[in-house]
Amino acid sequence: MKHRISALFLGTALALAAGGGVMAQDKTVKIGVLTDNSGLYSDLGGAGSTLAAQMAVEDSGLAAKGWKIDIVSADHQNKPDIGTTIARQWIDVEKVDIFVDVLNSGVALAVNNLVKEKNSVMINTGAATSDLTNAQCSPNTIHWVYDTYMLANSTGQALVKAGGDTWYFLTADYAFGHALERDTAAVVVKSGGKVIGTVRHPLNSSDFSSFLLQAQASKAKIIGMANAGGDTTNTIKQAAEFGIVSGGQKLAGLLLFINDVHSLGLKVAQGLNFTETFYWDLNDGTRAFSKRFSERMKNKAMPSMVQAGVYSGLIHYFKTIDAMGGNPHDGVKVVAKMKEAPTDDPLFGKGTIRADGRKLHPAYLFEVKKPAESKGPWDYYKLVGTTPADQAFRPLSESACPLVKK
Amino acid sequence: MQALYAQLLVGLINGSFYALLSLGLAVIFGMLNIINFAHGALYMMGAFCAYFLLNIAGIGYWPALIIAPIVVGIFGMILERTMLQWLSGLDHLYGLLLTFGIALIVQGVFQNYFGSSGLPYAIPDELKGGMNLGFMFLPIYRGWVVVFSLVVCIATWYLIEKTRLGANLRAATENPTLVRAFGINVPRMITLTYGLGVGLAALAGVLSAPINQVRPLMGADLIIVVFAVVVIGGMGSIMGSIITGFALGVIEGLTKYFYPEASNTVVFVLMVLVLLVKPTGLTGRAA
Repeated sequence: MKHRISALFLGTALALAAGGGVMAQDKTVKIGVLTDNSGLYSDLGGAGSTLAAQMAVEDSGLAAKGWKIDIVSADHQNKPDIGTTIARQWIDVEKVDIFVDVLNSGVALAVNNLVKEKNSVMINTGAATSDLTNAQCSPNTIHWVYDTYMLANSTGQALVKAGGDTWYFLTADYAFGHALERDTAAVVVKSGGKVIGTVRHPLNSSDFSSFLLQAQASKAKIIGMANAGGDTTNTIKQAAEFGIVSGGQKLAGLLLFINDVHSLGLKVAQGLNFTETFYWDLNDGTRAFSKRFSERMKNKAMPSMVQAGVYSGLIHYFKTIDAMGGNPHDGVKVVAKMKEAPTDDPLFGKGTIRADGRKLHPAYLFEVKKPAESKGPWDYYKLVGTTPADQAFRPLSESACPLVKK
Repeated sequence: MQALYAQLLVGLINGSFYALLSLGLAVIFGMLNIINFAHGALYMMGAFCAYFLLNIAGIGYWPALIIAPIVVGIFGMILERTMLQWLSGLDHLYGLLLTFGIALIVQGVFQNYFGSSGLPYAIPDELKGGMNLGFMFLPIYRGWVVVFSLVVCIATWYLIEKTRLGANLRAATENPTLVRAFGINVPRMITLTYGLGVGLAALAGVLSAPINQVRPLMGADLIIVVFAVVVIGGMGSIMGSIITGFALGVIEGLTKYFYPEASNTVVFVLMVLVLLVKPTGLTGRAA
């Protein structure tokens, strides 16, 4: 009996000591890369996002300052229910502090609610829906790379200005497609254009000929593709087959990634206009990072803007918690601090984070090079226009986010 | 009305792929009693084979139409010899689980090396361009797919239902011991039949390479629909799966026109309806 009591005392004392130590300066962080590891978006995020997170950890230099940083990664299979189940387990059991990537707008909106409820942190670099910083904005979420408003604003406006004043939308039938269509339609109408029709296809369709024929029959000048990944590449490829572009209609890729262009080949993709916020060949900083990244990728791919965003977002996160002297495990507190400090990294340059959680940086309008203009693999884009950071995203005056004080 | 004709034709094109794939499945199920879930993965391997032939060996589309089905067919025969043959006589479930596992492994390996966005494969020069039919612009390649797959389907049907070889084959499924007594090597015939079914899948893969991206998951997206086609047509019925393949392509095409949101469910709704009314499928015999 006596033995047991002394053991109990010893145990309690140890627990208190350990607990006290943690309270003083907890320098542990667990990062969760929640992404599509096996489906149609896995080249945009997937293993590349995990690699970007690893590189951010290595480059942050926090390990030398006594920080212990772990990364976990999981496949949400583009299903919101699976995504939230994993996220819940990560927060409750694995004690994950911060979510990155979280591509697919459906999954992102679901995880966004959970992260808020559990006071965790999400730096979303993969989802497109602008709702993340508008009606659904949260003090725990930062939307890093791009959103549907920005894409619509940059690509949509440029195309209407160039004479494309009638639009037909080919839309992926879920949260992302709807948001992209809605935001683009608004820009088209505002710039003096007209939307004459829309057709919604199920996510991950392989055949688009029916939808393309409907778009062709509409005689719209621009066919706006409000879809992404494999859906977009198949649409573009099949549109070429049905003579849509040679018939005088123009395809607008509202969301295209470098991996899509790589997969299509320049012969098919040449001349497409679209918007991204990152390209590996923008400047010395992006080139240096991308070279290191590509060397470590299995298929030697250059980073997509989603993957670049994971790196950039985590670098800012690490700077913030290091300045705080330890990890408070309090999402709202960390995100508030992140919003106070300006961001600066070699990939996206200098930037800021707004009250609604929107990270601001310039948006670049690119055109895909002709095969003759390309100097080698992954040399795909020509920069044709830049929208400055303060004009690229939805202005706060139009925001429905409750965090914005008006 | 013009738009409707166009959708019918487009449906027929998709139907060609359904028909070719479900035909292979029907041959394998009818003759070997194996529910071949690896069919989608083998279809994908056919497309990749064409891609490799072009990009590594410089061999173009036309030779690939013959070489890829043979290469993938041999791979299928190795599978049959080393694994599937041990499952003969067991419950269908074992074959299903084994082939499903093989499909996952094959897809995983390809995805590991080639990612998910896919690789480009151009339409052969001879079939580029299109014709204006008045009601629609028909890409020549798509027209070729419909004609070619119809020919292949009918040839396969003829081979199995009307020739001596086919008769032996059908007899061997009915009563292997007796057929053996006539001096026919039944296990070899079964291996060759599996090879034929797999070859058909690979052929469909080569045909689809210029239309769709060559992607590791191209088969996984299609296989479930194709299984529904086989079930609706009647498991193991050759003619049934050919006709159902084309018919369902057309029905799906019409759905894409009238109510696009339902286009990836309509096949399954039909399957439920058919099974409720006629559990053996449209042309299946009662067990």
